[in-house]
Amino acid sequence: MEGTLLGFLQTARRAGIRISAAESLDAFRAVETIGLTDRAALKDVLGLVVAKSREEKELFSECFELYFTRARLGDAQPGDMQREALQRVQADGDAADDATMGNTGAGGTALARMLRENDRAGLALALEAAGRRTGATGIRFRVQANMFVQQIMQDMGLAALTREIERLREQGDDAAADELERARDRLRAEVREFVERFLALSAPAENIWRDDNLKTVPLWRLERHDVERMRVSVRALAKKLATRYGRDRRHRRHGHLDVRRTLRRNTGYDGVPFTTAWKKRKLEKPRVMVLCDVSGSVAPVAQFLLLFVHSLADALSDVRSFAFSSHLIDIGDVLEREPVEIAIAEIVKQIGFRSSDYGRSLADFAGGFMDHVDRRTSVIIMGDARSNYSDPRTDIMKALFERAKLVIWLNPESRPSWGTGDSEMWRYLPYCDVARECSNVRDLERAMHELLTRGS
Amino acid sequence: MSVQVTQHVNPDPARAIDDVTAGLARAGYIATRQIATAVYLGQQLQKPILVEGPAGVGKTELAKAASQLLGLPLIRLQCYEGLDESKALYEWKYGKQLLYTQILKDTLRASFDESAGLDAAMTKLRSFDELFFSEQFLEPRPLLRALQQPGGAVLLIDEVDKSDEEFEAFLLELLSDFAVTIPELGTITAAVPPLVILTSNNTRDLGDALKRRCLHLYIGFPDMRLEQRIVDVRVPGVGERLRAQLVAFVQQLRKLELKKLPSVSETIDWARVLLLLNVEELDADVVRETLNVLLKFEDDVNAVMNQAAAFVIKARDASVPG
Repeated sequence: MEGTLLGFLQTARRAGIRISAAESLDAFRAVETIGLTDRAALKDVLGLVVAKSREEKELFSECFELYFTRARLGDAQPGDMQREALQRVQADGDAADDATMGNTGAGGTALARMLRENDRAGLALALEAAGRRTGATGIRFRVQANMFVQQIMQDMGLAALTREIERLREQGDDAAADELERARDRLRAEVREFVERFLALSAPAENIWRDDNLKTVPLWRLERHDVERMRVSVRALAKKLATRYGRDRRHRRHGHLDVRRTLRRNTGYDGVPFTTAWKKRKLEKPRVMVLCDVSGSVAPVAQFLLLFVHSLADALSDVRSFAFSSHLIDIGDVLEREPVEIAIAEIVKQIGFRSSDYGRSLADFAGGFMDHVDRRTSVIIMGDARSNYSDPRTDIMKALFERAKLVIWLNPESRPSWGTGDSEMWRYLPYCDVARECSNVRDLERAMHELLTRGS
Repeated sequence: MSVQVTQHVNPDPARAIDDVTAGLARAGYIATRQIATAVYLGQQLQKPILVEGPAGVGKTELAKAASQLLGLPLIRLQCYEGLDESKALYEWKYGKQLLYTQILKDTLRASFDESAGLDAAMTKLRSFDELFFSEQFLEPRPLLRALQQPGGAVLLIDEVDKSDEEFEAFLLELLSDFAVTIPELGTITAAVPPLVILTSNNTRDLGDALKRRCLHLYIGFPDMRLEQRIVDVRVPGVGERLRAQLVAFVQQLRKLELKKLPSVSETIDWARVLLLLNVEELDADVVRETLNVLLKFEDDVNAVMNQAAAFVIKARDASVPG
């Protein structure tokens, strides 16, 4: 039992469920209490001890089904016979080794016999043992599947089996040979299924690995099927940041003793200060204005910036979003109507694919919205600052910089290429509190962190 | 740490779990096998049970039913932002302490007059100090009370996700050792460990340390048969046909994308309303009139309103036995 349970815990860990040593011990204690007779009860109990969130419960359920379906094959026979079968298999493994070394065993191999007699339990055990010996149970990637299938077949005595089939053919017993060949193919299919099952078990772990990698992939190079995953990941990040800063805001209680309020509060105790009152510094939620360049090269990154900012709604007050290429428009209502990904497509259709003009866009902003910028407002500008040699209107940037609390410029291009060609980045730079490269989700996360710490 | 199984191994755990199910049912709580297993295991392993799930599926009810099942008092701690030790664990009765010093002023002065010199007075004062920080002046709050119950208790820590992370960390000692430390008095250990049930609505992710110490039970929405049984127990007057129909209707609503899905508590409320209105069979008009019992958002009500007739027909079909 211990082996089975340990094996299961390992499998579950590989599938992405976090199980600490203490929880493993709990699992053992729990199983001792409940016994192993009832499969449903076992599942309930392990689920309670091992899986600690809704997602983990789902993973757990999958793992449990996969793992214990496999184990059940062996339960078809009572214990003694099982052991016997196992010995037979091991002996067979040795025999297979002998056979490969040249000692041709007489009377056919045990594998052939099991196939011929359709000894399900024996085969299952042999498969199990071979899987463990070859390390196939630890499979992680799909490309390994074929290799493991082949290795397991070899380990179970494929060579000896093939020789036996040849021998039968030489003896002219074609019918028997055909039958054995068919059985061999069936076995191969079963082995493949076995390997696939373990592959399925490790798939979530692969996803975690991929998610980590995705964070550093430039956003415009994301493949379509990764975009959705990235969105989920961005929302999760935003939620985490939002809770964290929400808490900071509530808990920032540094300050000095408020003598006046303390005395007043304690007049009832004859002025003895039983309760104290403190001067509190109030932290405000940052007000944010986002200006996004939606010309071809920047749009993919802008999409994630907008997604991030809007997912942060809990930690921010009053987010206003603008998009620009040749001119600037307010996109607040589009974003309210549609989810970000659809809204962006709509906006790009409306004003994208034109040569960007930063001067004009800034002038548009100054004309309509500069009044809304106050000393509580943080302005985030996302763009490559490539303005096609038009007037950059740095005077507006300067005015913006002076009015706003914080100006963050996020540039998807790498720093060395700033200012090259038609890029006006160096001319805008003096009017930014923060200017950063921002090409992947990790950069975005850092920028948001900056916004939340310095903007409040 | 060594693997040692110290607790008594029940010869027939399956029977014991059945007993728990039956006991909970007597307390008016229809439990799935998983829920019953959690309660049984929580008792056997003396581990707290962390219950998560959508609002209104009976997380809090479970604790109440468990206290009835075990015949132990239920002690409830409602968590909220800013909850701290002085409200959860204990507080000194400052007022009483102050009052006593005032009343005893004269006595004190008299006894101080006798003693000559500052040293002797200090020594005396220290002995009073002991007096004033004794259990007599201690106001036990829910956590401490749960530990002090002579026969054990069921401790419900409700909506633990609403509390601050600091408080969550503070709970760890209680949850793993069933003990709390009061600086002036020392560590207080429970004579009989209480059965602790924590509930969470997942407004924030709980820490791993907390989760590791608990059994984790997720209660989702019940399936049709279970929900019918729940309605049967909680609102006994509802006829069999209406019961089947209203449950089928609610089950359909849960498949929609609504702001807030109707929960078991809403089903029960709705059943009560329908009973009061003397409804015998579900029809579109009744549904439209009473939909606001089930759905709590204007948008949701509007979304369902024009589909109500279709849902009623489906609910009638689904509820035809066999």
